[in-house]
Amino acid sequence: MAIIRNKRRHGLVALSLILPFLAIFALVFAYPLYEVVRLSFTDAPLIGEGNWIGLDNYVRLFSDRIFYISIKNNAYFVVLTVIPTTLIAMVIALAVNRLSGRWQALALVLFFTPYVLPVSVVTQIWAWMLDFQFGVLQPVFTFFTGKPVPVFKNPYWVLPSIAVVTIWWTNGFNVLLILAGLRNIPTDLYEAAALDGATRRQLFARITWPLLWPVTALVLTLQLILQLKLFDQVYLLSEGGPFNTSYVLLLMVYREAFQLNHGGYAAAISLILFLLIAVVSVLQYQLLRIGRGKDT
Amino acid sequence: MTPQRRIENIALTAITLIAGLIWIFPLYWAFITSIRTESRVVSDSAGLIPDEFSLSSYSDALFNTSLMHWYINSIGTSLIITVIVLITGMMCAYALSQMQFFGRKLLYGVVLASFMVPVQSLVVPQFVLMNDLGLINKWGGIILPQLVVPVVIIIYKQFFDAVPKEMKEAVVLDGGSDYTLLFRVYLPLNWGITTALGIITFIMAWNSFLWPFLVITTEEMMTIPVGITQVNDAFGVAYARIMSVALLAAAPVVIAYLIFQKRVTEAVMISSGVKG
Repeated sequence: MAIIRNKRRHGLVALSLILPFLAIFALVFAYPLYEVVRLSFTDAPLIGEGNWIGLDNYVRLFSDRIFYISIKNNAYFVVLTVIPTTLIAMVIALAVNRLSGRWQALALVLFFTPYVLPVSVVTQIWAWMLDFQFGVLQPVFTFFTGKPVPVFKNPYWVLPSIAVVTIWWTNGFNVLLILAGLRNIPTDLYEAAALDGATRRQLFARITWPLLWPVTALVLTLQLILQLKLFDQVYLLSEGGPFNTSYVLLLMVYREAFQLNHGGYAAAISLILFLLIAVVSVLQYQLLRIGRGKDT
Repeated sequence: MTPQRRIENIALTAITLIAGLIWIFPLYWAFITSIRTESRVVSDSAGLIPDEFSLSSYSDALFNTSLMHWYINSIGTSLIITVIVLITGMMCAYALSQMQFFGRKLLYGVVLASFMVPVQSLVVPQFVLMNDLGLINKWGGIILPQLVVPVVIIIYKQFFDAVPKEMKEAVVLDGGSDYTLLFRVYLPLNWGITTALGIITFIMAWNSFLWPFLVITTEEMMTIPVGITQVNDAFGVAYARIMSVALLAAAPVVIAYLIFQKRVTEAVMISSGVKG
């Protein structure tokens, strides 16, 4: 009897521990997840009920020109950011890793500080630096193109410029991850290889690169997910323009739901974005498991 | 160390630091702009070296915008989010790690799976929900949807899993309950991880833009990241003042980071799983 009572007590204690999280999770996560699926099959406005219209939203979506433009821009932005930021972070991390004590701390502060800034602070500063008339960086454009460029109003420059801003803002995070990866590599490996007369290039190719790969893969996938969710910088710097050349999926969700009052249609776009990122995340999770070499 | 190696090291240090200074230039430039007068900012002769020291745009920023409201909203909501996320997360993680109950595996599976759902794709129903609950333009509306941070549970569970069983047995023999275990043993043993997760959650909450931007429409209720985008409309083209507002908005987190550098660095490494 005592054991059974204890067991029930144990269960109640466990329930009391998980219930706070579970309640919040059910209300603001699980229920909205169900709702976004349900809404995507209706013609509901943002607030209020709609009628069941089956797959109409999806049919409409797959013939919506803006949808394809958004997907293309999302993909282009991923190309502009993911691999470049990883490479830049790797170069910086390798350099910082070789510095000693306080110099290393100072260098880290210089490279990491942008990451703790709110996105709108970042965009305000860069909008000023790239200002068409008075921007401090406009001489660079004048030097290369012969005239100042209104970067966020120019179809060619808008996404590359937002990519630069994004890399500047978030790169510190990647530097830290790669630095942690470098620190995890046992130093005796280098000592042993150096004794055998390995050159620096060989040390990098045979030890650093392969042992750093799990972290590199982590950075690549984290970046891929993050950059697919692009919204803040585009909304603040170009609002999707000019001529939709910086229109992206999440901006489309925002426009449809909150400006055009198409809740159901916006839900369908959200769901596509969700599926896209879920696929990438599953990939990331697998990579993480392989990287750690254990089941977590 | 050979002389050649030594010179190489000095050169590398110098190059890295110079690159770092170039990297931070935007912040330097924002600062230089903020202490100039508006007419100086747009004059041709305004160079890269500070040549004026005027705090008028800062006083403008502080007293002619709702910056103080935004500070209070940001600090209040971010603190509440951090505390609730940590407490609910550690409790759930403890149960998952140390207790046997029906549905344990399923719950952990759900937590892991939700890690992969981008919250941005839930904004439409979340907004409808907040509207139904009457939380639009309220702190509750900002806070509630940001309380689900599965990674906190995942990290806590990993660290709780690693606590040696002997520590548990001693307490259980003394008749201690699971609450005692969690708050007297597991939590004190993992203060480091609590700080790390706290820092990361706070930075995420402080910097989040999309959700507060959607759920808040009145200027007085905005958080810092959303509020400062309003000053362009209020000031027009007035870069000294815009930069003053931006820097004042950034100051609390940047100062906190500079003070707790080491902890923040560690926190980022731990919470992304590259350092255990």
